[in-house]
Amino acid sequence: MNRGFAFHGAVLGGFCLGFGAVLAVTNRLTEADIAARANEDRQASLGQVIPDDIHDNDLLTDVLTIPAEPGREVTVYRATERGAVTGVAYEVSGTGYAGQIRMMLGVGADGRVLGVRVLAHRETPGLGDKIEVKKSDWIQRFGGLALGNPPVEKWQVKKDGGQFDQFTGATITPRGVVAAIRDGLAFFSEHQTQLTEVHQDVR
Amino acid sequence: MSDSYGTIARDGLWDNNGVLVMLLGMCPTMAMTNTATNGLGMGLATAVVMAASSLLVATFRRWITQEVRIPVYILIVASMVTLVDLSMNAWMHELYKVLGLFIPLIVSNCLPLARLEAFAAREPVLPSLADGLFMGIGFTLALTAIGAVREVLGSGTLFADAALLLGPAFKFMELRLLPEHMGVLMMILPPGGFLVTGLLVVAKRMVDVRAGKPIQMAGAHSAG
Repeated sequence: MNRGFAFHGAVLGGFCLGFGAVLAVTNRLTEADIAARANEDRQASLGQVIPDDIHDNDLLTDVLTIPAEPGREVTVYRATERGAVTGVAYEVSGTGYAGQIRMMLGVGADGRVLGVRVLAHRETPGLGDKIEVKKSDWIQRFGGLALGNPPVEKWQVKKDGGQFDQFTGATITPRGVVAAIRDGLAFFSEHQTQLTEVHQDVR
Repeated sequence: MSDSYGTIARDGLWDNNGVLVMLLGMCPTMAMTNTATNGLGMGLATAVVMAASSLLVATFRRWITQEVRIPVYILIVASMVTLVDLSMNAWMHELYKVLGLFIPLIVSNCLPLARLEAFAAREPVLPSLADGLFMGIGFTLALTAIGAVREVLGSGTLFADAALLLGPAFKFMELRLLPEHMGVLMMILPPGGFLVTGLLVVAKRMVDVRAGKPIQMAGAHSAG
């Protein structure tokens, strides 16, 4: 087997080319289905934080992009009924015990929380995962609350002098969640006019 | 030949089990066995990838030269993993949401690579397919067993969310054996994975000793 570099290179290159082609074809075949599934997922998570009966539009098509801190944009899904904005939903994230906790936050036009659900997290199973709605109803207590109700300084876990329960054995996780929702509500009040005005040219 | 297929099956499932004897693929083993369902799902995905890549390597083995075989194996395993990843995302989306994060981990599993090098590179197509398949099934059984022990001790349930993985018809598999809050948390954390894997390795050897079999030493190349 005393063949040169070029031969082995050609063999490896041939295999790369062949499998590259297979993957390209698979990608073409699955692309549309994957995009459709991702849309369904987003629709489902939006449906959990914005009640169906307050809007008559398609949440996925009424989208605003708002620059937050430099280099980061927030995609806002708007719920409208007969042309008036009744609520908005956007992703917020907090720092938990094991990395980022991503949540979808729904806020009514009056600034009250419509609902909030955890999209992804890596918290300890059995301790921090009580933020998931299927493990515990803890996350549902935020519904109806707003900045000012309770007052801003009470938007903390009890251990830090606020009004929200931590779980036994896990304080960092709820602390991250509470802070993320508080910041999300602050984002709403900062951009309230922009979020709720109905001009079509805003996007 | 039937005898040799029997040997291949016994090797993969028990005698030369990827996890319990060769101790390969520890990364997915530790990461994905906090419930029996997770172990089962990860194992099945790995089995598909192993069978497909063994088949491909055995088919192309005359063209895969000695010098470039390792990159070609990795290329083939990675392509199969991507294929499984894309098609599951598109057509088995519920399952994908459970396993999606862990499918790319199969690339880092050295069990498929070890079987390609030790078996598929030298044997004809069909025995290689059988080897990949049975090694994969053996891996699945080991992961499911480890997952079951950890889940019962850690959360008090068995096969939680099995319906999500296998379909609503399998709802009956979801059992609660201990009352909630009774579980030992450590068992579903990484230390529990090492403990249970170690205990199962010991248990397997004790069964072999009882049966009067010689002890197999760990080694990826002992089968050929």
